[in-house]
Amino acid sequence: MTRTRPDAGTRPVLEVNGLEVHYGARRRRRRALYGVSLSVAPGETVGLIGETGSGKSTLARTVLGLVRPTAGSVVVDGEDVGAYGPRQWRDLRRRGVVQYVFQDPLRSLDPDLTVGASLTEPLLVRGVARDEALARVRAFLPRVRLPEELLGRLPGELSGGQRQRIAVARALVTEPRLVILDEPVSALDSANRVQVLEILKELRDTGVALVFISHDLGSVAGIADRVAVLYRGELVETGAARDVVSRPEHPYTRLLVGSAPTLRGASAGRAEREALRALLHA
Amino acid sequence: MTTVSEKLLTRSEEHGPPGSPDPRDRTLPLLSLRDVRIGDTGDGREIVHGVSFDLTPGKAVGIVGESGSGKTLTCRAALGILPARFEVTGGTVEIDGTDIASLTPARWTALRGSTIGAVFQDPASYLNPSLRIGRQIAEVLRVKKGLGRREARGRVLDLLRAVHLREPELVHDQYPFELSGGMLQRVLIAAAIAADPRILIADEATTALDVTVQAEILDLLADLREQAGLALVVVSHDLAVVAQLCDEVLVMRQGEVVEQGPARRVLDDPRHDYTRLLIREHEQYGLEKFLTPEEEA
Repeated sequence: MTRTRPDAGTRPVLEVNGLEVHYGARRRRRRALYGVSLSVAPGETVGLIGETGSGKSTLARTVLGLVRPTAGSVVVDGEDVGAYGPRQWRDLRRRGVVQYVFQDPLRSLDPDLTVGASLTEPLLVRGVARDEALARVRAFLPRVRLPEELLGRLPGELSGGQRQRIAVARALVTEPRLVILDEPVSALDSANRVQVLEILKELRDTGVALVFISHDLGSVAGIADRVAVLYRGELVETGAARDVVSRPEHPYTRLLVGSAPTLRGASAGRAEREALRALLHA
Repeated sequence: MTTVSEKLLTRSEEHGPPGSPDPRDRTLPLLSLRDVRIGDTGDGREIVHGVSFDLTPGKAVGIVGESGSGKTLTCRAALGILPARFEVTGGTVEIDGTDIASLTPARWTALRGSTIGAVFQDPASYLNPSLRIGRQIAEVLRVKKGLGRREARGRVLDLLRAVHLREPELVHDQYPFELSGGMLQRVLIAAAIAADPRILIADEATTALDVTVQAEILDLLADLREQAGLALVVVSHDLAVVAQLCDEVLVMRQGEVVEQGPARRVLDDPRHDYTRLLIREHEQYGLEKFLTPEEEA
């Protein structure tokens, strides 16, 4: 599986073009995504924001090969994966190019595997020798601020914050080019949320690109280089996090920014939010 | 615009001649907690180590803390609905001047709904899935206010309108599964205020909702407070939610109130490390990072 990557440094790690995803057939047909185009550069952190039903999880699942696109293309690290079959996907996953972290680490970690086994597995699957894999895992643990003693434990014996840090370690130990994180800190308490966000911020220096999916702009704005806002299956606004937060353009983005509770009160007045809502429903 | 205040105020005027002075003293606390301690009866451990605050009419007290900090147990103690394993082991709770320890079950039933009401995180689990919305709110009015069927229907529609549900007639005849989370929380608030309580406890009432819907529910709570004089206890894990609505804030951690004071003071001059962490989270990872003071104005 050798592949020359002459332009691997600058070529986007993820390129989604005109993506459409439909669910159901005939009269039950629903469009979950339409005309979505998004590009993620190496080492970039993109916040993908959308509320319930916006299609953000469908987008993540399409990029991970769990949902088949109806139209459009998905290019992961130079490979057009849109038409990949199960075997090709398995190969791609084994190479560890794309990894993911879900909201609930209890569901993404095998409850019967020790932490050590869970962490070495993705390396073993790639063909790394056991000793080497274990050495790499040990070397990685300090980056997620976990002690080596944890390697012999089961996920059920750990706290939620520790489990999520293990899920992060498991995703990053194969040195992927892209990690999709679906609400990675939503289930954690403040202390653990801050810690996981700090860890992810530091891990960006490995050159990995992160796509942070969240319903709450306020929880990812501070870590994202760029923010993409999904509304009813469409990408309505994309831009630098600072610009999107301080000068949102689309009415939905303005409503989203204006609705987020901040320590200094809501940033948009109530009348403004009502006007935006009327505009969106018109 | 028909506001909640008009609805609630017209109703309270029914009890006395218009223009008569408010018989309720605005300075006497409606809800008063004094060093409330809650213990686990199973192993005798103390879970909540002393919570005190006074809530006067039209005021809002916020409790912020993680799950397991004791904020929900504190609310449940004030409502007299502690789970079976827990009991109040010290301190007092007074509702409208009455120590709740002295209340008989019948007095409690009379108090709930008409003096103190509550809404919680998961609205769907507080509604009967097989009964229409209107009937469930009407039940409160028929039991607590003794209204007849037709009168109750009119009042339910008023309440649905008051919580800003578009098309109240339609919602009245719908089942819970037909409504979104935000709509269900409005229905729960309508049911909670149906019997004109003076205190409303909102325990993580907006946590499960999308941010834009959360803002609408927070607006609604602010309306009820400002225009109808409802006193609020707002419980959240998010300091910003609490700070936005409340005059006074209690920060709880592991059953302990680690910081308590006026909302402004707690935000501007936090004294406990944990409060500082909550603020740091917003300032480093939240929108606050990009919002400069000029832009907020």
